[in-house]
Amino acid sequence: MSNQAPLLELRNIKKDFFGNQVLEDINLTLREGEVLGLVGENGAGKSTLMKILFGMNEIRETGGYGGDILLGGEKVSFATPFEALEHGIGMVHQEFSLIPGFAATENILLNREPQKKSVLSEVFGERLNTLDRRAMGERAEKAIDKMGVHIDSDMIISDMPVGHKQFTEIARELSKEQLRLLILDEPTAVLTEQEAEALLESIRGMSARGIAVIFITHRLQEILNVCDTVAVMRDGRMVQSVPAKETNVQEITRWMVGRSVNTAQEDARPVPETRTILSIERLWVDMPGEIVRDVNLDVREGEILGIGGLAGQGKLGIPNGIMGLYDAGGKVTFDGQPIPLNSPRKCLDANLAFVSEDRRGVGLLLDESLEWNISFPAMQNQNKFLKPVLGGLVKWRDDAAIREVTQKYIEELQIRCTSSRQKAKELSGGNQQKVCLAKAFALNPKFLFVSEPTRGIDVGAKALVLKALKKFNRENGVTIVMISSELEELRQICDRIAIVSGGRIAGIRPATDSSEDFGALMVSQVV
Amino acid sequence: MSELNKTGAPAADKVREALREFGLPRLIIAAFLLLMFIIAPFTGTNLLSQITNVINRFSWNAVLVLAMVPMVHSGCGLNFGLPVGIIAGLLGATLSIEWGFSGPLSFLMAMLIATPFAIVFGLAYGWLLNKIKGGEMMIATYVGFSVVSFFCMMWLVLPYKKPDMAWGFEGTGLRTTFPIDKYYGGVLSNFLRIQIGKLVIPTGALLFFALLAFLIWAFLHTKTGTAMTAVGSNPVFARAAGIDVDKIRMLSVVMSTWLAAIGILVYEQGFGFVQLYNAPFNMALPAVSAILIGGATANKASITNVVIGTILFQGIVTMTPTVMNGLINLDISEVLRMVVSNGMILYALTRKTEATR
Repeated sequence: MSNQAPLLELRNIKKDFFGNQVLEDINLTLREGEVLGLVGENGAGKSTLMKILFGMNEIRETGGYGGDILLGGEKVSFATPFEALEHGIGMVHQEFSLIPGFAATENILLNREPQKKSVLSEVFGERLNTLDRRAMGERAEKAIDKMGVHIDSDMIISDMPVGHKQFTEIARELSKEQLRLLILDEPTAVLTEQEAEALLESIRGMSARGIAVIFITHRLQEILNVCDTVAVMRDGRMVQSVPAKETNVQEITRWMVGRSVNTAQEDARPVPETRTILSIERLWVDMPGEIVRDVNLDVREGEILGIGGLAGQGKLGIPNGIMGLYDAGGKVTFDGQPIPLNSPRKCLDANLAFVSEDRRGVGLLLDESLEWNISFPAMQNQNKFLKPVLGGLVKWRDDAAIREVTQKYIEELQIRCTSSRQKAKELSGGNQQKVCLAKAFALNPKFLFVSEPTRGIDVGAKALVLKALKKFNRENGVTIVMISSELEELRQICDRIAIVSGGRIAGIRPATDSSEDFGALMVSQVV
Repeated sequence: MSELNKTGAPAADKVREALREFGLPRLIIAAFLLLMFIIAPFTGTNLLSQITNVINRFSWNAVLVLAMVPMVHSGCGLNFGLPVGIIAGLLGATLSIEWGFSGPLSFLMAMLIATPFAIVFGLAYGWLLNKIKGGEMMIATYVGFSVVSFFCMMWLVLPYKKPDMAWGFEGTGLRTTFPIDKYYGGVLSNFLRIQIGKLVIPTGALLFFALLAFLIWAFLHTKTGTAMTAVGSNPVFARAAGIDVDKIRMLSVVMSTWLAAIGILVYEQGFGFVQLYNAPFNMALPAVSAILIGGATANKASITNVVIGTILFQGIVTMTPTVMNGLINLDISEVLRMVVSNGMILYALTRKTEATR
């Protein structure tokens, strides 16, 4: 290993998932002991890049990557995370990968425990070695010292506060002698302020010991506090890479969300100045990972209101809470009438409809036909598509009417299918999404929540879905609230956009405002 | 648009698809049954009386198999708790006899008396199943066991006095088995019975099954029936669509329980005896495996599955012993029945995960 060569160098890294380019020409260099802050919106490609670096299986399964990774001047390509570990790369994931019932020491040294030989192991082989508890304790303490934050090495993981769990994971990586590069993927997301501060301190300590750190976070101030370099990713490209001293939060935000072309809608209309149709007061929703803390929001009749924000800030919790899918509290008034929470039926009766972000889990009857999927809610809640038999004694499904309405939506939304009787699970993601929309349209709602309507679907289907929503709003006068992580998509079809941050509404602005303004709102109250 | 998208699959693919749909185990069992029918005449057994036998057993058992359908549709899985409904049916039967009804009227009264029991038992059973979503089939099995054991005591303790049913020397407590020819034995089977030489068709019993099957089929076409299927297919979807999932599941359990109560009465009228105590234990597994052989899965079942399954299962268990006896003088009927029924249940449960979530 030459001393001149940087510790890590990425050259022209490219990656596509089935023709969908997610990374393009990524170049990056990292010296020993350097701390790099990596920022970008959700879906900018940060995680994919780290997965490539760490040799995750899913990269290889989806056709590998292009470009070269150089570690200490040598070209490497990791087939498995184990190889990456051997080369001194460690990674701390957002999700804890710890064994809850084990003590910190045991977790830190899991499967790398110092061992003692015994009579049994002499006879039957290494697998019967016993653990050298004392050496384990020493090594764990050493790793914890290295981190610079004190945690109790004998404490059981399940008894620990969240922050200590995170530190245990970091200590595990640090206990590896060969560690040269540590990747921290949003480690502060779950930490309290003091814990986060302690973590930043330990990052500085690692850096002083010559360990390079790649630090991914949404909290931009942390980056400025601890990093030497800031790298900004957007749409799969590395758009900026500058020394942290030379920039500020506003500038980084602009790089994160700014687009080279302004994609704001051409046919933007003035924001409707109509009466409030849906009023949300002090809403809280207990949706795991998307907790809503205190949302106050007024939706105007006939508008398309966008709700944006970073992942995990609570934007998805709003529709899910109002529509009764997760425990919620607060006051919601629709058209002058209070809407009882925690009851999907009451919302549907009040003519609200919801297209869930969880297509396969909530949105579709995967094992049933398109006909059933599209007609079911309307049949159950509005008694549509039923016909009397035996002189009105009982009512049966009117299969002919169901087929007719399904045909109508298949044509209108250009759903690609072999017939209206095809099972929903056989369709592609984009077409499944169209079925979900058709299902909501068939209810003839006055008000429509659409959650992440373009997640995981291709560009063509995306445009179609957005167009259909806009048309539904313009022609039927339906008020639409659309939740999306993609700000640009919201700017394309919405009149106003509310940004959620930290479970609260950080601000509402006309969609014609600049991306930078929205970007600043997104990170304003991140918790 | 959709017309344009239609693609004509080659005939070979269609055959392959149909075979896949039909399922290998069913194919093997059907082929085996066919083989039995072919061999039967050579072993000196009378083919016509064998066919009569199969039809008879079909008419006894079909309603019990039909009792699986509502619970499968609502996603409660296979009704291993069939004994719950059977007990309700037995209460109807014994009370109807105890209170002095006889002839066809006793059958009608047995059904009427069994109904409130079935509803109450079904509600309790359904409440329990709603508490343990995801583990229905295992819990159902134990519920069945418990109820049967509890009623083993009840049959002795309850103050039944009718000499036709009670233990002779004590005058109280019910016998394990007693004949019902004075009451409703053959009441359906002998109705409009057709006899051509050795071939006997129990028209009434078949019609009765057809009626119940039609009612279930019709129910599944109603709004509530559609909701039931949707609940079984994806409960979260159903909830988001404003369905009270627990209520629908409860309804399905009550329906299954009531059908089981009626099913045991139909079984008894054909068999000619009422069997108490441990007998209900042995009713659930054959019914479960019959509907599985018929092509149902743990969350999809149709009336066709019921009919095909009952014919195949009862065909195997009636034909095999006679043919085997004729061939090798060895009675392996019980062993075979066990292998087929338990094997089929195992096979189906391993495929349970196929349902898309």
